[in-house]
Amino acid sequence: MAWLLFLVPLLFAGVAALVPSNRWRPWLVPVGGLTHLILTGLAITRGPVSALQGWLALDPLSTLVLGFVSVVFFLCALYAPGYLALRPERSNRVFCACLLTMLGMMTLLILAHHLGLMWVAIEATTLATAPLLFFNHTPHSLEATWKYLLIGSVGIALALLGTFFLAYSSLHEGLEPTLLLEDLIRLAPNLSRPWLHAAFVLLLVGYGTKMGLAPMHTWKPDAYGEAPGLVGALLAGGVTSCAFLAILRFYQICRNAPEAAFTREILVFIGLFSMAVAAVFMVRQRDFKRMLAYSSVEHMGILVLGIGIGGAATFGALLHMITNGLTKGVMFLSAGNIHRAYDSKSTDDVRGAMQRLPVSGPLFLAGFLMVTGAPPGGPFISEFTILIGTIHAGNYVVAGLFLALLAIVFIGMGATVLRVVQGTPSPRAATTTYRDRPQLVIPIIIFFVLALSLGLFIPHPLETLLHNAAAYLEGKP
Amino acid sequence: MNKFIDPILVLVLLLNFVALGASRMRTVIQAVAVQGVLLGVLIVLAHGSLMAWVMMMAVATVLLKGVVIPRMLFNAIRDVVIRREVEPIIGFIASLFLGAVGTGLAVLFSRTLPIAHSDMSSLIVPAALSTVLTGFLMLTTRTKAITQVVGYLILENGVFIFGMLLMEAIPFLVELGVLLDLFVAIFVMGIIIHKISREFSSVSTHMLSELKE
Repeated sequence: MAWLLFLVPLLFAGVAALVPSNRWRPWLVPVGGLTHLILTGLAITRGPVSALQGWLALDPLSTLVLGFVSVVFFLCALYAPGYLALRPERSNRVFCACLLTMLGMMTLLILAHHLGLMWVAIEATTLATAPLLFFNHTPHSLEATWKYLLIGSVGIALALLGTFFLAYSSLHEGLEPTLLLEDLIRLAPNLSRPWLHAAFVLLLVGYGTKMGLAPMHTWKPDAYGEAPGLVGALLAGGVTSCAFLAILRFYQICRNAPEAAFTREILVFIGLFSMAVAAVFMVRQRDFKRMLAYSSVEHMGILVLGIGIGGAATFGALLHMITNGLTKGVMFLSAGNIHRAYDSKSTDDVRGAMQRLPVSGPLFLAGFLMVTGAPPGGPFISEFTILIGTIHAGNYVVAGLFLALLAIVFIGMGATVLRVVQGTPSPRAATTTYRDRPQLVIPIIIFFVLALSLGLFIPHPLETLLHNAAAYLEGKP
Repeated sequence: MNKFIDPILVLVLLLNFVALGASRMRTVIQAVAVQGVLLGVLIVLAHGSLMAWVMMMAVATVLLKGVVIPRMLFNAIRDVVIRREVEPIIGFIASLFLGAVGTGLAVLFSRTLPIAHSDMSSLIVPAALSTVLTGFLMLTTRTKAITQVVGYLILENGVFIFGMLLMEAIPFLVELGVLLDLFVAIFVMGIIIHKISREFSSVSTHMLSELKE
């Protein structure tokens, strides 16, 4: 089962690379996504998944992430054929193959319980994403890809150094050197402290680069700004969640060691710092796709903040990973449609999207309200849970800063979004013939319904998954 | 064989300074190529045996780091006709100075990270850290895409040197280091530089600075 989960998407990628028809090839992406979704469902319900002597396994935490990534990928994949049909002039062979490869590698990363293998999977995800960013073949997209690769590779190299340090921390104490997660969690109290300390910092910087935490986020605005909306949604919902999982793995190890307090503090600090940086850059942001990138930086900050606080906030952070990912799907895909319709992503040119695009425009506005934490959206519940957890933990200063930063982001983001959606369509709107069509709005509506309904009620199976994952992360049986 | 490790690490450190202080592209690339070959030798010395898989890894390292990647870089500078890093963000003397400061800091910092088995050279950790810092310095202060790639290679060499400590315990990890090279070779080099040179007819990242706030 474990093998099937990540080999099937790779198989589909191989087929996509071979299919000659530019018109039919994109349909392989949703079919591959659906197959993956079904396999994921089977894996979750059928019970334990394990392969390669424990190198690949599903624990409560990875079950949650796997299910979530599979849903996000499937919905984005539904959008892909409609989007690629608008771009018949460009071969989508590489694009489709890379999308599916990315799914396979994300799955491998989620399943990996060997930290070396996990590192390989992250590296491969980076490789598979680069051609997706370069899809438009413009000088700007080239620049974004170059920055993504360069900054991403430095992050990956530092993560490797951190992994080396972690391995050495057990060797140093004369323990059997290992990189299996279970062994390291068990050995954590005996690991060499200075090495573990240094390893955690390097790994947080390395994988934090992939996740887009400030100050390692600088690739994000360019990449999200230049990539097709569909790729942005996948990066913001899928890849960053995987990088978050990687950081959680090291948190699990450090939590068992005497370094626990140090790791928590550093997570809270970097979380608040990411939120602050995002807030500063979001005010008066005139490019609405770059604005979404900063929103992603902000929410990645919220995730690590929640983990750093612990307790109820851990549950909140895991829920927030899901609600934020789904809402980002709404925002990136509708922003992509608006970008198409106006052939511009600057608020100087884009006005009156509500009238120009009767479905995507309102969805963009609704997505904005949800992502900034307006009730009754899903992110409201998860952010509120994190806030409650922070107050329970007695961290009043952190809670106050958290609320203040959320407010600044709301105002900053609101100014940009309202300029885009309100008013009468600018002359620029007449330059393209793009119209909202079912293929390009149904996935957004599904994203929207899912994100909204999580704010109204959390289905029982999901709640169990979340509780199990939070308990597993906190080390309770 | 371990008595040869220290001199090799010293050579690696000196090459860091060559790369930092040189303005000619060819010199910079040659420095990193020699460093790659030295790392291959280091693998054999660190393991202290001539077993087949050790030799294979050493050969792969020498080929990738010492021949293939430098060759691609040489081809790239020939295609786009650039010979010098003309406008580093900070000057060469200043880079050398910062490099020296970085090396000093690496030595200080490595004191807090004790190594266990006394049979290994005590220079490994400081050499690894200072090479990583040198790579960082080149990445951040050079403007040509190719010099940035060289900076990345140096950074990666630093990670690789540290891997020597784990050579016997977890050889799998050191193999990952080789994989990192393939990553650079395939991607950054083959595709991106080619595209940048075609798109902008120069390999300067100055051209790549339109996306900003």
